[in-house]
Amino acid sequence: MKYLVNVTTLQYSSDKCAGCGRCVEVCPRGVFEMRDKRATITDSDLCMECGACAKNCDFGALSVNAGVGCAAAIITGLLTGSEPTCGCSDSVSGSCC
Amino acid sequence: MQTMQTLKFVKKEVPHYAAGEISTPVGNVFRVSSDWSRADYWGMIKSRVGAFRMNYAVAPGLYAVGEPTKGSDIFVSANYKLSFDILRRELKGFNAWVLVLDTKSINVWCAAGKGTFSTNELISRMAAVKLDIVVTHRRIIVPQLGAVGVNAAEVQKKTGFRVFFGPVQAKDIPSYVKAGYKKTKEMSTIRFPILDRIILTPMEVNPAMKKFPWFAGGVLILFGLQPSGVLFRNAWSGGMPFLALGLNTVLAGAFLTPVLLPFVPFRSFAIKGWIIGLLSMAVVVPLFGPAVRGNILLLIASWLFFPAMSSYIALQFTGSTTFTGMSGVKKELKIGIPLYLSVAGISLVLMMVYKIREWGIL
Repeated sequence: MKYLVNVTTLQYSSDKCAGCGRCVEVCPRGVFEMRDKRATITDSDLCMECGACAKNCDFGALSVNAGVGCAAAIITGLLTGSEPTCGCSDSVSGSCC
Repeated sequence: MQTMQTLKFVKKEVPHYAAGEISTPVGNVFRVSSDWSRADYWGMIKSRVGAFRMNYAVAPGLYAVGEPTKGSDIFVSANYKLSFDILRRELKGFNAWVLVLDTKSINVWCAAGKGTFSTNELISRMAAVKLDIVVTHRRIIVPQLGAVGVNAAEVQKKTGFRVFFGPVQAKDIPSYVKAGYKKTKEMSTIRFPILDRIILTPMEVNPAMKKFPWFAGGVLILFGLQPSGVLFRNAWSGGMPFLALGLNTVLAGAFLTPVLLPFVPFRSFAIKGWIIGLLSMAVVVPLFGPAVRGNILLLIASWLFFPAMSSYIALQFTGSTTFTGMSGVKKELKIGIPLYLSVAGISLVLMMVYKIREWGIL
């Protein structure tokens, strides 16, 4: 299943890639593949902006505005003026995760 | 009295999922069984329907599965009991260590997103249980979905342990280990099969139903409202079909849309929910007599309002999916919220016009 196209904030600069393969190891959506000892993006629309790749890229080749794709969290974030966080532990956005 | 008190201080509380203890160079560690008890199954069911999912926890720390030694693998988990239970079940037949992080009883993925399943928590928990003395090797297996919160390079720099991000699902651990700690693409990809979607629907229906009394109250007051006060008989006879349509809408948005997700056209959850809301209205409206169909104002208001509500409820499911990103949901809300508010406003105006005509003012 895929979500909306052309919305992801994922950015990749292949010139910084050292070919360690961590992004392939951590991405749960299969966005990356190793080709010629470098990571390549297969389909960026698969990305759900979880941030695992950027967190584990030690060469600064990846960046993404990571966050939760959760309507309740984003609405709460808008109302309170804070960053949307997954509200698993409070009752405001009980449907989250 | 004296002995009781001494006992209380000396004896650690033994959790029901523990099956004895094993001794290690750093003291005794609880051994856990790979078999689930009736309490474990009942706990899983209750946590799925949301009865106590917020405090379903195990104590953080080190646990043993089977007869682990200095060379055995270490698997990291969250202290949400369901996460821990699934891991120990899948480790049946293994001799392994399980390191449970304090994630405030939240599952690995959500905790990683919230920052409780984190690099710092992992490093300090490893130090607290003296993992470098318990084992002689230097590799630790972290669930892949924990990578959102764990920076492998930093863990290695501070502890000397190399982080292996294991499969997404614990059930793939045996094949992952057998393959020499290598994942296939299937093992590292998260899916969202129909069974998972069905399991998640109670947590969609519950919050929607919590708001339902407000809607029901509003409908009953609107229909019961007369120049002389609120009449119960009118409230019930006029309002009942709309309460039924409201329930139908919760069913459409919180149950049918999630279950049928990939089969409903369009990628937008708002549109998916609106389509299902519209279709379920088409099924239900003919069942009502003149109460709904008899008045053009009420009919228009219903066709506007209920599919829009189904759309809004369906949008909430983005919080439970495994493929929706923040930018996409923000885009949907940016377009959706003004539409929802306008639809609600128009429906209310139509309703008021209906009331005014009913009272014979116009």
